[in-house]
Amino acid sequence: MPLAQTATSVPVTIDDAKCIADKGCTVCVDVCPLDVLRIKELADGTKTAYMKYDECWYCMPCEADCPTGAVTVTIPYLLK
Amino acid sequence: MDEILDGLTQIDCDILVIGGGTAGPMAALKAKKKNPGANVVLLDKANVKRSGAISMGMDGLNNSVIPGYATPEQYTKEITIANDGIVDQKPVYRYAEECYGIIKELDSFGIRFQKDQNGEYDVKKVHHIGTYVLPMPNGDTVKKALYRQLRKARISVVNRYMATRLLTGEGRVAGAVCVNTRTAEFLVIRAKAVIMGLGAAGRLGLPTSGYLYGTYENPSNSGEGYAMAYHAGAGLANLECYQINPLIKDYNGPACAYVAGPMGGYTSNAQGERFIECDYWSGQMMQEFYDELQSGKGPVFLKLNHLAEETVAEIEKVLHIVERPTRGHFHAGRGTDYRKQMIEMHISEIGFCSGHSASGVFVDEHARTTIPGLYAAGDMANVPHNYMLGAFTHGAFAGEDAADFMGEVDFAEFDLADVEAERARVLAPTKRDDGIPPNQIEYKTRRLVNDYLQPPKVTAKMELAQKRFAEVREDMEQGMHVRDAHELMRSLEAASILDCADMAAAASLYRTESRWGLYHNRVEYARDDENWFCHTLLTKGADGRPAHEKREVQPYVVDIAEDEKDAYYKQRVDASVAAE
Repeated sequence: MPLAQTATSVPVTIDDAKCIADKGCTVCVDVCPLDVLRIKELADGTKTAYMKYDECWYCMPCEADCPTGAVTVTIPYLLK
Repeated sequence: MDEILDGLTQIDCDILVIGGGTAGPMAALKAKKKNPGANVVLLDKANVKRSGAISMGMDGLNNSVIPGYATPEQYTKEITIANDGIVDQKPVYRYAEECYGIIKELDSFGIRFQKDQNGEYDVKKVHHIGTYVLPMPNGDTVKKALYRQLRKARISVVNRYMATRLLTGEGRVAGAVCVNTRTAEFLVIRAKAVIMGLGAAGRLGLPTSGYLYGTYENPSNSGEGYAMAYHAGAGLANLECYQINPLIKDYNGPACAYVAGPMGGYTSNAQGERFIECDYWSGQMMQEFYDELQSGKGPVFLKLNHLAEETVAEIEKVLHIVERPTRGHFHAGRGTDYRKQMIEMHISEIGFCSGHSASGVFVDEHARTTIPGLYAAGDMANVPHNYMLGAFTHGAFAGEDAADFMGEVDFAEFDLADVEAERARVLAPTKRDDGIPPNQIEYKTRRLVNDYLQPPKVTAKMELAQKRFAEVREDMEQGMHVRDAHELMRSLEAASILDCADMAAAASLYRTESRWGLYHNRVEYARDDENWFCHTLLTKGADGRPAHEKREVQPYVVDIAEDEKDAYYKQRVDASVAAE
């Protein structure tokens, strides 16, 4: 069975301007109980965290533990 | 990250603790304290800093037995009555005797409990009979405080490894096979004793929102503990006694009547009328809740809008900071203000969780399972209505007993072929070029759980469920496909969820009576004390399918008088009272 790509909106957003992944920070990636966050490289070569997998319990350690306040957790669309 | 790598490492330890949420850290600490020379490994598929049911914290102790407020006898009696008498009292009584010591220990870790002007614990009454609820104003610090203790005690913490199967040999536990959730590399851990604290089966039913992770429980608690215990040959008790919880509709988090109740909030119907006398959860309370939802008086609400501004503000402060802090975002998004509107409630999808209910891996008062050297504590062990303090306290029992056990034995020999067979099972979905992704296997399993297993339970529906589950299992074993290590973790979770679904159906069919209110409401059968005043024990049969036996309820430590037995059945507010 071949796979399709179905779009989904994600509840965790990162403010790239505040994110310090470029300095080696991975706090949000480390604390997520569902392990859904990752670090990616932006077009200008700097790094930022992002939500790679839409598997969120909207529990908030990523937002609470982020040292620069770059992470915002919202309620997933299906239940908000 | 997430690329699938080939690799296998083996390490040895004296005590392996699987699960770093609540019970696990306490078990590790107590084992190390009792035997400082022991090599204790604490393993978690997430990060111990923020793993488990209390990832963000907890708003209070729901079952504290504090001298001056409650006695072990009274608590044991209350829990026995709330569970229709099907309780081995020894583990409950031991908990009730020793949990106060654990509270003081948690206090010394820096976790604060509410005190009154005289410096006494400010315990509240929520249960039908006794007084056990102790608020935790800074409950958001629990995980951080625990982590500090783990570092101090030099516990070896292994994060992002998921245990997939237990190893056994010589009639006892020998270790576990684990896989890295970001690289798919294997880790075989030999251990003299293994303590399981893997939490609830929280991803069994599908939430009404349809969002796979919008569960009541932390969705990382996907039932691996039950599945691993089953495949290792341990007994699981009373799995037909599901967990079903009252919750905030759609948000699916706790409504927290335990927090709001002592301050004047209560559960009401659409007319704003109280319909249950007591908001403490039991099967019968859930039945009344369900009946009200189905009736013309539904839906059901948490009512706070009659309270004074200062009271509402205080409730808000607790509920929007501790345990599930996105609750505030949710209400804001819908324009719900506790001062003006009532909060719509519903009931949760089904799950297994002794924290609120009563089923799980069978344990005695030392947290020993039916396999020597293997322990279980917290939401996955069968001590009823355990909540967070039960997880801590029984985790302590497990750690202390395991510290003794490991001193008497060497590593048990196991069959290397078991490791190879497990590697082949785990990696099968990585060997296919395409197929069915784990999220579809999981969605279908959980949708079928809702269609056919949710109470009220009907024999023909549950038999259909078994047929459909067998088809999904065939698809999973022959056609599941994963693209990276993260999806591999999800595929293993999907397999555990399917195992739990099979066990839920089999256990529910075996007990041919109704018991525990809504939890095991079998519409074709009435309660039958003559034949079913017993535990049911589920094990893996010789044919690889669930096998069942009855197990006697152990003689009571605390007697229950004939006129006390039905206290929890008198839940519904009398019509004449409700009208006043």
